[in-house]
Amino acid sequence: MSDRQQIYARTVELIAPYNKKGVAITEATRFAQDLEWDSLTVLDFVAGIEDEFDVIITMNMQAEIETVGQLVDALQRLTAARA
Amino acid sequence: MPDLFSKFDPLIGEREALLETGLTDPFNLVMEKVESPTVAICNGKRTILLGTYNYMGMTFDPDVVAAGKKALDDFGSGTTGSRVLNGTYAGHRAVERALRDFYAMDHAMVFSTGYQANLGVISTMAGKDDYIILDIDSHASIYDGCALGNAQIVPFRHNDIEALEKRLRRLPPEAGKLVVLEGVYSMLGDVAPLKEMVALSKAAGAMVLVDEAHSMGFIGEHGRGVAEAQGVIDEVDFIIGTFSKSVGTVGGFCVSNHPKFEILRLVCRPYVFTASLPPSVVATAATSIRKLMDSADKRAHLWENSKRLHAGLRQLGFRLGTDEPQSAIIAVIMPDLETGAAMWEALLNEGLYVNLARPPATPAGMTLLRCSLCALHSEEQVGEILGMFAAAGRATGCLS
Repeated sequence: MSDRQQIYARTVELIAPYNKKGVAITEATRFAQDLEWDSLTVLDFVAGIEDEFDVIITMNMQAEIETVGQLVDALQRLTAARA
Repeated sequence: MPDLFSKFDPLIGEREALLETGLTDPFNLVMEKVESPTVAICNGKRTILLGTYNYMGMTFDPDVVAAGKKALDDFGSGTTGSRVLNGTYAGHRAVERALRDFYAMDHAMVFSTGYQANLGVISTMAGKDDYIILDIDSHASIYDGCALGNAQIVPFRHNDIEALEKRLRRLPPEAGKLVVLEGVYSMLGDVAPLKEMVALSKAAGAMVLVDEAHSMGFIGEHGRGVAEAQGVIDEVDFIIGTFSKSVGTVGGFCVSNHPKFEILRLVCRPYVFTASLPPSVVATAATSIRKLMDSADKRAHLWENSKRLHAGLRQLGFRLGTDEPQSAIIAVIMPDLETGAAMWEALLNEGLYVNLARPPATPAGMTLLRCSLCALHSEEQVGEILGMFAAAGRATGCLS
């Protein structure tokens, strides 16, 4: 698996506990509209992602991230920048 | 043509549905007469005030009122100008001196409101490549300060020391950082673990700003706030406060020991581009602040009130925001907005005013009946308040 595939797979796993409606996750799944997450769920999920990848996702970045694919892209950039 | 008001339709609908049930609008109360810091006339009825933030009861202090009247006579009704142009009178300097004395700090800068103090200092201090690390439950004025500036914003879970520590560790060591905390969080009335958080922040090379709006005059040996009570006030770079709570008028401020602090007067837009406070307001504030320095007895009585109300409400069976009373705010958690509004109205009918707080002001989507005590609430009044909560709780089915 490529780095991106690995990040995607792990991200999907971390979404699962908050996927109360059992939405089928794809790159195009939108956090607000499709998963219907509120701000507290976002905080918990982002904290989990940050711990997993040892990165910071600022609120400024979060505002630009709508879909699962965009989050994976951001994580790939952040982890690459650290390496 | 699109109506720009359409985005508010869900809220308009929710309000209409609530008011159609015949409830009094909880966000439209008028006080027809105010008799004292603890009693007003609302809808013709004598009402005990338990939601005013008037913690130290200074609004009717004879010295404070006299100072305001004298300033009106001597300096007129308003300055009609910015602090940096024609809006600094002797009184503005005097209230900044009073603040320096109160906090034992080198610098004090007075803004027209507490909201503007946060807006100004936060947006000005953190620039584009700097980071602001803040508690997720921060007040709207802190978030708006972030939005007005262009720093990178990093939130952490409420009062979670480990969450703050992790974020500080992951940020670039060379980047400028401002950690923004509050002494007392006003929704639940809980206190921050400033001792640990300030130490972690300083170790990570961050500057620290603490908003002590809800602790001034009351918490800490000299009433300087939670940072004083927890022994870390000397490590805090900026304390933000307000005149609209314990001080008993309106206005905001920042105090600091930083040697370059005074430059903020020229670069802080919410300080420069607005009119300064009226002479009567700064005169009442200065008088009140000086009296607050010497109010140990009132502080002790306020703590007694807070403990008694907390224990009494708990005994009645209400769910409260904190397990122990941590401040002069006691938050009663309601199951939903409808019950909260009904309970709010039942209390008003009993002759008690509290704040109904709802999202987005509250954390975790909670509806709260927020009580803030005053040092001038008498023992009898606290007893009356508990009786009213019991009656309203039974009338609305909140209590069985």
